[in-house]
Amino acid sequence: MNAVIWKLLLTRLATAAGTLLFVATTVFVITTMLPGDVAQEILGQNATPEAVAALRSAMGLDQPPLERFLSWLGGLMVGNPGVSLVNGLPVATLIGERLSNSLVLAAITAAVSVPVALLIGISSAMLRGSLYDRVVGAATIFVVSVPEFLVASLAVLVFAVKLHWLPALAQAPQGHDLLDLMRGLAMPIVTLSFVIVAQMARMTRAALIDTLSAPYIEMARLKGARPIRIVLTHALPNAIGPIANAVALSLSFLLGGVIIVETIFNYPGIAKLMVDGVATRDFPVVQACALIFCAGYLLLVMLADIAAILSNPRLRHQ
Amino acid sequence: MSKTTDASSFALRSAEDRHKVLNALGGGASRREVLGMLGALGAAGAFGSGLLGGLGTAFAAETPKKGGRIRVAGFSSSTADTLDPAKQALSTDYVRSTMFYNGLTSLDERMAPQLELAESIEHDGATVWTIKLRRGVQFHDGKTLTADDVVYSLNRHKDPAVGSKAKTLADQMEEIKATGPLEVTIRLTGPNADLPVILGTYHFKIVKDGTTDFTTAIGTGPFTCKEFQPGVRSIATRNGNFWKGVGPWLDEVEYFGISDNGARVNALLSGDVDLIAAIDPRSSRQVLGTDGFAIAETKWGNYTNLVMRMDQAPCNNPDFVLGMKYLFDRELMKKSVFRGFAEVANDQPLASSNRYYSPDIPQRPYDPEKAKFHLKKAGALDSTLQVVASAAAKSSVEMAVVLQQAAQKIGMKIDIKQVPADGYWSNYWMKVPVGFGNVNPRPTADILFNLFFKSDATWNESAWKDGRFDQLLAASRAETDEAKRTQMYHDMQLLIHENSGIGIPVFINNLDAHSSRLKGLRPMSSGGLMGYGFAEYVWLDT
Repeated sequence: MNAVIWKLLLTRLATAAGTLLFVATTVFVITTMLPGDVAQEILGQNATPEAVAALRSAMGLDQPPLERFLSWLGGLMVGNPGVSLVNGLPVATLIGERLSNSLVLAAITAAVSVPVALLIGISSAMLRGSLYDRVVGAATIFVVSVPEFLVASLAVLVFAVKLHWLPALAQAPQGHDLLDLMRGLAMPIVTLSFVIVAQMARMTRAALIDTLSAPYIEMARLKGARPIRIVLTHALPNAIGPIANAVALSLSFLLGGVIIVETIFNYPGIAKLMVDGVATRDFPVVQACALIFCAGYLLLVMLADIAAILSNPRLRHQ
Repeated sequence: MSKTTDASSFALRSAEDRHKVLNALGGGASRREVLGMLGALGAAGAFGSGLLGGLGTAFAAETPKKGGRIRVAGFSSSTADTLDPAKQALSTDYVRSTMFYNGLTSLDERMAPQLELAESIEHDGATVWTIKLRRGVQFHDGKTLTADDVVYSLNRHKDPAVGSKAKTLADQMEEIKATGPLEVTIRLTGPNADLPVILGTYHFKIVKDGTTDFTTAIGTGPFTCKEFQPGVRSIATRNGNFWKGVGPWLDEVEYFGISDNGARVNALLSGDVDLIAAIDPRSSRQVLGTDGFAIAETKWGNYTNLVMRMDQAPCNNPDFVLGMKYLFDRELMKKSVFRGFAEVANDQPLASSNRYYSPDIPQRPYDPEKAKFHLKKAGALDSTLQVVASAAAKSSVEMAVVLQQAAQKIGMKIDIKQVPADGYWSNYWMKVPVGFGNVNPRPTADILFNLFFKSDATWNESAWKDGRFDQLLAASRAETDEAKRTQMYHDMQLLIHENSGIGIPVFINNLDAHSSRLKGLRPMSSGGLMGYGFAEYVWLDT
């Protein structure tokens, strides 16, 4: 590790802390502004003013917002994200399993989609203008424009309902062997890959074509280097920066943006937990989820930047 | 009291039977032909006004088989799922509480109370109630049920810090005390003959004395709680020590929610689950068209109603209200909006499955001429009427369209204002002059009338004020003579039918779908999934 990376890490960590605090404050302000609070949501149609007031004081909601926020923040500092207002379970327990579910899904999807995307992107950049390039270009545009709920529903209809090859529901990973897990997650993974592969592939292609038009590539070509070598050893290292950023952006979607897939396949992930939290005004749960999404995003972007530095000799040897 | 048979209030249809009938209807078969066909298929049932309304197969009593595991998907699930009977809000919670707990009473097909943990219930003037408990009933952890458990379970609803959904109902129990090891005495603030019904509702299930932790459920019910994760799933295992001695049949029931209708139906048809709750009528053909699946229809009295605020123009004119009621093409709504899975209603809120339903009130027909006469008299034909509808009030948008087309025929313009579901109940319902509401049936007619029709009710939807109605309501609550009480409820239904500002075109039936090898489902007018209590009674035919 060199000085550049250390400096980047330190400044990123400092800004990350600031960003997270900002996000937490914003989410808190917005949740307090939402009409109705958790006491009203719990009581529903039975929310008489006395009942609401009593429940609020039992939950500590009658304290001023600032005080509640600070006490939640204090808890977070010592690693305690609080207790769900709706069901009294610790937020860490609620999130724990669902976060690992989401991470499993995201990890497998990334492992499948990133190589595929890079392969498509690089090959179509190399064969720019060919029939292959045009077909792939049209196909990726088509795939990215089809809404994921349609892809997911059609997949279920064909592979689960008609052919009975795959289960219609994606079970939580716990307590299933690998084969079951892969069968259950196959359709969610393919659906999610549809969304992100296209994006990553197009970005990769664009970044690589950009580099391939640089003078030093022409030099390499004049020296007689073979196309594969030109792309892999000459062009690709210089394109890793933008490609890594495109990959990071796409992958950050896999944590919080998969609500539709979680709904259709009934997968107990963290995106649905947050939507539930907002619907019931369960502020500690919403906060914790928002912070996790934000941290995941910051982490991915930071990793992309580090990859960019490491791949760039000028920055690496500074 | 009117009596309906099982077959007419609940129809278990095999895909094959239904398919024949649906095809016949599609091919233009007459009513007579279809009825003949049903006879040939061995279908029994009292036929209502609709062809499909009463189609049911009389099923022979089969002997339940023990064992097996099923997976069941409800229609909602969130982190708000709870095992605390006091906090239950949705069908998901009711299903679980019925697996793990028992009440002092339970409600039968007609919502009449039957003894459960109580061995006898006696009362003095419907005010002081003495409840003797069954001897030797054990909780899942082996503790024996005593009066203290009952006193604790009932009293906690009155504590505001608990946040009980049944607090208003519990507040009438002025004093609840143990008058013996197995005897509880409840003194009410005033007479209420419905107490045994109230005690049979989901919120009043009995928990163990002193329970404050509801991360698992320790009750006396047919299943023990093996796993519970709010918003994810629960796994219930057969309670081998169940006090009833009969049932449950299944070894294990996994229950979770799939909120998306399409995903729920797909999960059933792909064989991932064995029973799903509340499918959209539009999915009924898909289910019935697939071999090995059936639909269980429950008439339970849920309705989407036209709410006309009688304290605002134009609804403060009785002619306007009456004209609008004549403008409902109820049969068309039933057929087109609900695919026949509905019951024509008569502008009063008790469905024919209710034991106090009045069959004597003449059915208000779709009568454009009368509608035109009254609406013209009210001056409503000259201006455009705005009707607010929303997805929040089930199928109200589709019903508004049917109304709009009927209005067009008599030269009246209706403008449908469709508003978002989020915030509908607080921002539009009972605020706009003409809009829609949706009401789930309540365990007793008394509760329903008190909530929605009494002059000073919180949700007096149409701002209807009638002193006679209020007097009857107060008197009926204290009346313990069943015949007199029934008459009073009939009179109240007539008053609502004639004068109130709500129009109820149809009652919406609930449709559950299941794999044909799942047997034992019966109708319960308290709701779908056998009044949410299916787990104790169903079994697998292997």
